[in-house]
Amino acid sequence: MTDILNIADKSFSSRLFTGTGKFSSSTIMKDAILASESELVTVALKRVDVHNEHDDLLTHLNHDSIHLLPNTSGVRTAEEAVFAAQLSREALQTNWVKLEIHPDPKYLLPDPIETLKAAEILVKAGFVVMPYIHADPVLCKRLEDVGVQCVMPLGAPIGSNKGLKTLEFLEIIIAQSTVPVIVDAGIGSPSHAAHAMELGADAVLVNTAIAVSQNPVAMGRAFKLAVEAGRMAYLAKLASVKPIAEASSPLTSFLNL
Amino acid sequence: MSHFKTVLDTYNWDDTLQSIYNKTADDVVQALGKDKRDLEDFKALISPAASSYLEEMAQLSQQLTKKRFGNTIQMYAPMYLSNECQNICTYCGFSMTNKIPRRTLTDAEILKETAYLKSKGYDHILLVTGEANKTVGVQYLKHAIELIRSQFSNITIEVQPLDQDEYELLIEQGLYAVLVYQETYHRDEYKKHHPKGKKSNFDYRLDTPDRLGKAGIHKIGLGSLYGLEDWRADSFFTALHFKYLQKTYWKTKYSMSFPRLRPFSGGLEPKVEMTDRDLVQLICAYRLLDEDLELSMSTRESEIFRDHIVNLGITSISAESKTNPGGYVVEKQSLEQFEISDERPTEVIADMLKSKGLEVVWKDWENNWQ
Ligand code: SF4
Repeated sequence: MTDILNIADKSFSSRLFTGTGKFSSSTIMKDAILASESELVTVALKRVDVHNEHDDLLTHLNHDSIHLLPNTSGVRTAEEAVFAAQLSREALQTNWVKLEIHPDPKYLLPDPIETLKAAEILVKAGFVVMPYIHADPVLCKRLEDVGVQCVMPLGAPIGSNKGLKTLEFLEIIIAQSTVPVIVDAGIGSPSHAAHAMELGADAVLVNTAIAVSQNPVAMGRAFKLAVEAGRMAYLAKLASVKPIAEASSPLTSFLNL
Repeated sequence: MSHFKTVLDTYNWDDTLQSIYNKTADDVVQALGKDKRDLEDFKALISPAASSYLEEMAQLSQQLTKKRFGNTIQMYAPMYLSNECQNICTYCGFSMTNKIPRRTLTDAEILKETAYLKSKGYDHILLVTGEANKTVGVQYLKHAIELIRSQFSNITIEVQPLDQDEYELLIEQGLYAVLVYQETYHRDEYKKHHPKGKKSNFDYRLDTPDRLGKAGIHKIGLGSLYGLEDWRADSFFTALHFKYLQKTYWKTKYSMSFPRLRPFSGGLEPKVEMTDRDLVQLICAYRLLDEDLELSMSTRESEIFRDHIVNLGITSISAESKTNPGGYVVEKQSLEQFEISDERPTEVIADMLKSKGLEVVWKDWENNWQ
């Protein structure tokens, strides 16, 4: 069965997106990402030397199966984000951008108002905008309205590995979204990723959990399998758990009159 | 620009029907056991296999309705402004070829009719016309809304489909909701029943809720006319339409109605019968599909049916309806669009609802916000 995820002009057969931060070396990063079979890898613009074609990170990610997704991590306002996106478009030759605006240095929680503002400007400027946001269903719809290509609600604070703390809201977002929903941040173990996929998320983005594990390559592969299992379970429709309500006083007996 | 047509075109009528009929008891049990149900579950719930689970469906539907709407039910009344129509619809008493006297209410007549409805307590009104753009075009509707706006908190229309800018104009005037039923989603059957007039354009009608969504309407009412085609397939496509709209125009509310073919002057026999049992099944299936969807019941149905259905998932109901222009006081004898079934006066219906532990809600919107 082919089960392809389409975002803008690209198709992905892997629903696991990964990141590049926190790995102990670029070689391990590359091996872990290849083991995960992830096709979309986010890279913090602030970390790459865009003027150096031999940049360590970029050379390691120079692989046919990998699309780079620059992110604006580090910016605090819409204005800075727009500037960062334009810079990355020039430097990395891609109009894709993961929009991250977190003025808060402690929890790195995204600013919804600046994100919406920046998304609107970037969409108009021809960007494929993937906004990182809180799991706020109304914000997701507002972002859809301005034309983003997907939404990336968080499962828990970034880097926390706590899993799907925003479950109730993710369910609402998934139920009403017309663009792909990619659960980002908080996913700490393959079972969290599988759970997100079982709920019907279109993809997940995992970074810390792979990068800081004792064996990032094995962990990359474990996430690949978990995402596939979760997706397969979602498509196969999970069995229901609740028993059928017991009939107390029959509501339909009038039909037999 | 989003259009439901692109979604509908990916479906085939016969395959859809077959997949509904192929649903098994296991699929039904599965659907009943879920917290959130999708359109595949809806198929199972409207399938023949679900008919032996009707009581379970009704119990669940009642629970969900109470959870979301509490013990309340809203009252509304239709007011027919005109029976003029340039269309031929095989099932309608107002059809152009029907030789009946035509009339359109004047300002004075509209005010007389509204005075009567106000005296009965109604605050939500549904204005109805046929499709006669020269006499009851957008300017007439705009004027009618202006005329009665101060008297009603909630004005809904059920008239010919309009263009987006025309809806925008009426919304500015105080229009709250629009009901537009596709009648049937079966293109060929649709053609048969709408051989002449603007309504014969299936796609323009299909696109109406999209235009309404884009115009920013508060509420859209959907439905099919049950009896024209297989009710299971038509209700699936209506549900598909609803789900598409809900995702696309997320600030809009939705309601669903369940008109069954009723006798009228020059009558058409239903091609496919929908029994009372089927209708209960369908109403419950919609509730199980979506907890927030408003489900509306007209006076087309019988007393006994209405008395029981109000506890099963319905959230709004009309009473004492007249389906002819001026039918309340101005000209009681003019020809009606179809016969109603439950003729009990408003007070009797209100008492019936109270006796079932339901609070009767007359006002549920504030038009001064607009
Ligand atoms: S259903 Fe509507 S459009 Fe068709 S004949 Fe009746 S009033 Fe006219």
